[in-house]
Amino acid sequence: MSTMLHTVNKSPLERNALDSCLRLAGAGSAILLIEDGVYGALRGTSAADRIAARVRDFKIYVLGPDMAARGLSEAPLVDGIEVVDYEGFVDLVAEHEAQQAWL
Amino acid sequence: MKFGILVNEGPFTHQASDSAYQFAKAAIAKGHEVFRVFFYHDGVNNANKLSEPQADDRNLVELWGKLAEESDVDLVVCVAAALRRGIKDDILAPGFRISGLGQLIEAGILSDRLVVFGD
Amino acid sequence: MMDEDDFNPEVVKRFLFVNRKAPYGTVYALESLETVLISAAFDQDVSVVFMDDGVFQLKKGQDTAGINMKNFSPTFRALDGYDVEKLYVEKESLEARGLTEDDLVVDVEILSTDELREIMAAQDVVISA
Repeated sequence: MSTMLHTVNKSPLERNALDSCLRLAGAGSAILLIEDGVYGALRGTSAADRIAARVRDFKIYVLGPDMAARGLSEAPLVDGIEVVDYEGFVDLVAEHEAQQAWL
Repeated sequence: MKFGILVNEGPFTHQASDSAYQFAKAAIAKGHEVFRVFFYHDGVNNANKLSEPQADDRNLVELWGKLAEESDVDLVVCVAAALRRGIKDDILAPGFRISGLGQLIEAGILSDRLVVFGD
Repeated sequence: MMDEDDFNPEVVKRFLFVNRKAPYGTVYALESLETVLISAAFDQDVSVVFMDDGVFQLKKGQDTAGINMKNFSPTFRALDGYDVEKLYVEKESLEARGLTEDDLVVDVEILSTDELREIMAAQDVVISA
């Protein structure tokens, strides 16, 4: 059993990539929200409860530069989600045995 | 650590190639090796030297080429996907080469991590 | 002599190809199938998963004459000849789309979400599009 880093680049308000990832990711996986996936990290959206319900099952991260680009640097996040930069993205890939992109 | 990267989208419509480039740069800056970037699907358009973005925009075709030169990254464009989209040797940007899809599988075998960017 | 960096055919990794997109509307399904076919030449441990709208790739009775595109669904039946035998379909995805195993062009293993999760977690390289 390897530990996976899952990357999700779709808004959960438009696509099912994050929901499918949350359904299939194994215990101990990490999930990194990038590109339009960062909308999944926001508190107060109609998708927020689905993510909040899983923050204890997975370590969930969001890519800061993609947040900033979308005007979300100061936006409140679902509790338990950690912001990383590209260096952190690289570390996450290195720390996990494989990466799976949910496109 | 040795990274391979797969880019599934072209340089403009989707963010995938930008994300892959930023990731590759950060990985190299941290002392990792990015030994190959494989361009598949519309990703082959990253190798089109005829691409002319506006002056105030980033030029990913050039940026990838520069990264290849400075950090010895093997930029491989899938031949079958490229031919369908009109990407041939005579419009291939510096730093890229055209080869078979087997180079992607080989990248998966040879790298410690294969990182996929797409849409 | 090959040095360490040269291709070593002795290495066998677990490759997983994940199909989550329907055919024809975009090219991903067709071009991903080409990747699976090529992977067979490398003697790796290959698995292919169909989930979400990816299960529509396997729907029987595809007739593309009216859209002038190649019907590539028969190729799934040829995978066996390339020693690509691990084809997995998520039961939940199938049911959510009103399909059953009888609707599929090829013999696959239908897995529960829990079973599929275990298989997906055990891979070295995951290729998706």
